[in-house]
Amino acid sequence: MEHDGISTAKVTVRVNGSSQSAAIDTRTSLLELIRQHVGLTGTKRGCNQGACGACTVLIDDQRVLSCLTLAVQADGREVTTIEGIGDTTQLHRLQSAFIDHDGFQCGYCTAGQICSGVALASEAAAGVPSVVTDDLHADEVDLSLAEIRERMSGNLCRCGAHNGIIAAISEVYGS
Amino acid sequence: MREFSYAKAVDPEEAVRLAGTGARYLGGGTNLVDLMREEIETPTALIDVSGLAQGITETPGGGIEIGAATSNTAVAAHPRVRHDYPMLARAIVSGASGQLRNMATVGGNLLQRTRCAYFYDEAARCNKRSPVSGCDAREGFHRAHAVLGVSEQCIATHPSDMCVALVALDAQVDILGPAGARAVPLEQLHREPGDTPHLETVLAPAELITAVRLPQATVAANSTYRKVRDRASYAFALVSVAAALRVEDGTVSEVRIALGGVASRPWRAHLAERELLGAPATAESFRRAAETEFRAARPSRDNAFKVSLAPRVVADVLEGLIR
Ligand SMILES: Cc1cc2nc3c(=O)[nH]c(=O)nc-3n(C[C@H](O)[C@H](O)[C@H](O)COP(=O)(O)OP(=O)(O)OC[C@H]3O[C@@H](n4cnc5c(N)ncnc54)[C@H](O)[C@@H]3O)c2cc1C
Ligand code: FES
Ligand code: FES
Repeated sequence: MEHDGISTAKVTVRVNGSSQSAAIDTRTSLLELIRQHVGLTGTKRGCNQGACGACTVLIDDQRVLSCLTLAVQADGREVTTIEGIGDTTQLHRLQSAFIDHDGFQCGYCTAGQICSGVALASEAAAGVPSVVTDDLHADEVDLSLAEIRERMSGNLCRCGAHNGIIAAISEVYGS
Repeated sequence: MREFSYAKAVDPEEAVRLAGTGARYLGGGTNLVDLMREEIETPTALIDVSGLAQGITETPGGGIEIGAATSNTAVAAHPRVRHDYPMLARAIVSGASGQLRNMATVGGNLLQRTRCAYFYDEAARCNKRSPVSGCDAREGFHRAHAVLGVSEQCIATHPSDMCVALVALDAQVDILGPAGARAVPLEQLHREPGDTPHLETVLAPAELITAVRLPQATVAANSTYRKVRDRASYAFALVSVAAALRVEDGTVSEVRIALGGVASRPWRAHLAERELLGAPATAESFRRAAETEFRAARPSRDNAFKVSLAPRVVADVLEGLIR
């Protein structure tokens, strides 16, 4: 990263496998970088304060909130947005499951829900416990409905499609 | 958000060197970026310390050292933490959401600021945000506020779940500053508000948290964390309890109790612990000991329920630990 001025910086981020460089104000969030500089608008801005999960993307395969991540913090890292998970010609199997289970209505929260769902599966496989995990000695956590519900609590859906969302994730990753 | 310069530190010494007047350290940014957007925090420089020590190592005494930049998720998932300090793993996963825990660092979690709505609201009076302006929480919406360690000037709660387990585990905080390195017990890191609620910790300007150390503690293997809140997930605590227990012949031989959601800082329940040592391991004596802790409580109009709720939660958690 190079500094052009006191409060500007040049960042280079790999987004969905392609290298993207931009000269930005240091105040730019990763969400703004993705939507306004890279031009990928699948990722949505809901609350812009870390409360809703609509802006969820993956950095180095871990789910994070792009609204509370400064773009400069993503310099040199690998970002995956919903556009990198699947597309209309080749849906990710979780995207297909969302369609089968009515996991959305307006669709505003959906990109965040799917990024979150993909990442929670790898967290559970890596032994990350949740508040409903009984056995902390398990090095891999089976995703029961209760586990999925708890692990998805950071993604709100104002249309109330939660039951469909949980069913879709369970079909693909559930125990 | 005000303008700021940004630099990523490559080692702790460089971070401290870079931290001039107006600078703040940046961990995951989950609290600081939010507060900067509201212009409650207005740093002119951010020193990113999220790339510094990450990971958990064994210490000679059988304990562990956790680098300050380790993510909350990585701490909760670490086998040593899950096996030997289960209350810490459970406290961490009781907080925030999966996304936030991936971003949040240990150093940032320790220093996260209160969630008091008046602290966040520039239009409200808040002695923490702007000293001697008054406190709108006292007569306002304060159901979630503190009853222990409060003052006339401030009744804000320390919001961290992780810190509650850490204070029960006798954690030590390693610090590096312009004047050199030092360590303080976590229990002494946060200040009670008194007349100066804007002074929240004992850290001097530019002091950097580099690590948290947990001593070896056999009792901690039999421990847990329980959080009572308005909804089942993704909400701050009304009352939370971190506890560890050892019982011999029906008598308490070792006990740790710490409380969250009820105090101005992570609260070790020393009075309750002292009363329980050598006492019968029964729900009745657990509850009575916890009530002792709350004799000094100073509830406000709408949070007095915590004074009776907390001892019941303590009793239930300890009962669940009898084996
Ligand atoms: C919607 C939401 C819900 C939440 N729910 C919960 C909850 O239920 N329970 C809970 O416990 N927490 C909760 N949190 C808070 C979350 O745990 C904290 O925001 C997080 O732990 C802060 O870590 P960070 O690394 O992102 O800190 P940052 O935001 O980067 O920093 C926080 C503060 O620490 C300072 N700092 C950071 N690292 C260091 C260091 N190494 N040395 C010195 N100073 C440092 C910064 O300068 C700043 O002042 C929630 C947050 C959000 C947004
Ligand atoms: S927009 Fe990021 S969490 Fe709501
Ligand atoms: S589908 Fe409308 S907000 Fe979730």
